[in-house]
Amino acid sequence: MSVEIKMPALSPTMEEGTLAKWLVKEGDVVKSGDIMAEIETDKATMEFEAVDEGTISKILVAEGTDNVKVGTVIATLTAEGEEPAATGEGKSEAAAPAADQPAEQKAEATPEPEAKKVDTGTHQLEKAAEHKAEVSDPAIPEGTEMVKLTLREALRDAMAEEMRGDKRIFVMGEEVAQYQGAYKVTQGLLEEFGDKRVIDTPITEYGFAGIGTGAAMGGLRPIVEFMTFNFAMQAIDHIVNSAAKTNYMSGGQMRCPIVFRGPNAAASRVGAQHSQNYAPWYASVPGLIVIAPYDAADAKGLLKAAIRTEDPVVFLENELLYGRTFDVPKLDDHVLPIGKARIMREGKDVTIVSYSIGVGLALEAAVKLAEEGIDAEVLDLRTLRPLDTESVLKSLKKTNRLVVAEEGWPTCSIASEIQALCMEQGFDDLDAPVLRVTNEDVPMPYAANLEKLMLVNADKIVAAVKQVTYR
Amino acid sequence: MAKAPAAVKALPPVPNRERPDEPKAYEASKAELLEFYKQMLLIRRFEEKAGQLYGLGLIGGFCHLYIGQEAVAVGLQSGLDGDKDSVITGYRDHGHMLAYGIDPKVIMAELTGRGAGISRGKGGSMHMFSTEKKFYGGHGIVGAQVSLGTGLAFAHKYNEDGGVAMAYFGDGASNQGQVYESFNMAELWKLPIIYVIENNEYAMGTSVNRSSAEDQLFRRGESFRIPGIQVDGMDVLACRGAAEEALAWVRAGKGPIILEMKTYRYRGHSMSDPAKYRSRDEVQAVRDKSDPIDHVKKLLDAQGVTEAELKTVDQEIRKIVNEAADFAEQAPEPEAAELYTDILVEKY
Repeated sequence: MSVEIKMPALSPTMEEGTLAKWLVKEGDVVKSGDIMAEIETDKATMEFEAVDEGTISKILVAEGTDNVKVGTVIATLTAEGEEPAATGEGKSEAAAPAADQPAEQKAEATPEPEAKKVDTGTHQLEKAAEHKAEVSDPAIPEGTEMVKLTLREALRDAMAEEMRGDKRIFVMGEEVAQYQGAYKVTQGLLEEFGDKRVIDTPITEYGFAGIGTGAAMGGLRPIVEFMTFNFAMQAIDHIVNSAAKTNYMSGGQMRCPIVFRGPNAAASRVGAQHSQNYAPWYASVPGLIVIAPYDAADAKGLLKAAIRTEDPVVFLENELLYGRTFDVPKLDDHVLPIGKARIMREGKDVTIVSYSIGVGLALEAAVKLAEEGIDAEVLDLRTLRPLDTESVLKSLKKTNRLVVAEEGWPTCSIASEIQALCMEQGFDDLDAPVLRVTNEDVPMPYAANLEKLMLVNADKIVAAVKQVTYR
Repeated sequence: MAKAPAAVKALPPVPNRERPDEPKAYEASKAELLEFYKQMLLIRRFEEKAGQLYGLGLIGGFCHLYIGQEAVAVGLQSGLDGDKDSVITGYRDHGHMLAYGIDPKVIMAELTGRGAGISRGKGGSMHMFSTEKKFYGGHGIVGAQVSLGTGLAFAHKYNEDGGVAMAYFGDGASNQGQVYESFNMAELWKLPIIYVIENNEYAMGTSVNRSSAEDQLFRRGESFRIPGIQVDGMDVLACRGAAEEALAWVRAGKGPIILEMKTYRYRGHSMSDPAKYRSRDEVQAVRDKSDPIDHVKKLLDAQGVTEAELKTVDQEIRKIVNEAADFAEQAPEPEAAELYTDILVEKY
């Protein structure tokens, strides 16, 4: 009996990859631990080792094939002492392209993976990010040519463009330089700007957050990358006590133009200590700017603005979105205003306010609601501090009903803040109570089913909207 | 019976890497010595006045006095280049500011929370800054200034401006984790920084011996390959001499250095500390034997400066301090609108 070798998942979020290179050929004897192939994900090229011993009987996916789904049978192995598998054996082989076909054709013919993809809550979040803005950003000139970029590339381009123009800007953090970024956001920066401006730090968040803050006080413009904002808990003292408060405490003498950036909120199946959304924490601090973009155009335009401003900025990215592709305006200098929300979809019956990855869910919910005749407006806050209260209230005035969708805990959340805002300043415009749709009020569990139950999703938003529209 | 081993002649330990030389006491001219005396006396009188104003309710909150430690800031900072070097410290910051020539009026007015204070009355005793003088605070979180100061040193190196950062912290802060995170990166990147541990023997009420497994704090950099020197912090000439040695080390690109300044504070940790953790006799003994100002006075005497001349200096200083106090008392409180200024620099 032959053993099927399947395309492996090499990261928590990987769904497909490129089979970059075969290091074995048909007829080769392999044993456990031998490197059989190189597989490229959106983050890195990884080596793929043999687990079983035997002879490679058939290579089913040729090297150079892109978009090979996780779980696809890529080769078969005949265990020692067995007859090599006869040609044509194996159900996947028939469907899989022969190895000598051009890679592109084969990719099209690659069958859906047989391996059961665990349907997690984060998978839903990520999938919802297929939804794009339905209204163009008024900040981008009409008729601007758009290019497709991943969120990751957009962030990198923002840093690179700013660094080219201002020598005071440097990037520091764990694995930002030689490793090219733990999530490959700083890919290529070391090569272009050198090790003076792209600096690997030891694993020492408190220390390097302080050094970055001190360097900003000393006249530089640091970009401090946290591998995730969960680790920034170790450094929050410098973000809050040193960076945010010094301008005020010095009577306006001491500037601190620094950007703290990195992935925030839930990633896939990483459990409670790696899955928290810190947006409400930072957004509660006077003296900080807090930005949490959804799509790549906003990520680029707002990161450039964050680097340029004289104030300290907490820039919250989302790991699940890094690999997502969006339209980004092809402009020499795409800079967006800080503190301005954006209408992502116009509607008249209800407003769904969200930010970051929640925007995808809100857009997905809006599509579902439209099928039921409810016309939802989706507002992306983009900046969480200072909050664009005017845009929230304006949309509320138009729809008279509002739901906040947030991938985060409910208590003391951005959603709570929006509820308070509507109560205090929009009471007369309300035809129903403002509802918040958030994650459950529990630490993030690991088990896939529990993770799914814990996280916010489009159906929960739909249910809340029906409640406020009395449907 | 086994033969007793031949006595091994103990060799002096050979350092496995370059070490700074033992600093020499600074040879001050009469004029320099007189200037040290003036600065130290200004700090002493200023702090005494601040204590008085605190007692009268004119100064609120926490107020940490520098009395007893004057030689450290005066001696060290006199060796810095005010145009390019930067200084940062913790909350016991009045002395460092005065040693940097910052107007006593705006410092005292900050202590009384007035609009004319150096932070417009919004910082208070612990949070004062002067970017003009390259004095970067004035930080209230114990140990924060060590990482921030390392960042200032990073900026000096990045800008290639030849400047050195001097970061002061206490024996208490020397047990904070971020201090060692900073040491590691400072040595790794050879940053131009002098870490000054002002060891006044008590972290609030806990003595060094009760809080520090290695109580010889100048050795705290050893595992990061940062050399340390222990200095008599009650002797302004020893302090200045140590500054010279440390500056030579750092300016030569050899990376960070630690100075442990053995000093003593006469007053409580802050104005609200009754200081029950040590005896009155202990404090009195230090005052009698090691007072840094008396020490300079004796040196001046030996140089032929008369009692009458010193009295004139004394009167001058008292006048400056009284004027600062009057100013701080009479200056109006900040305008109510100041509540909402200086939060963010830009408009959004």
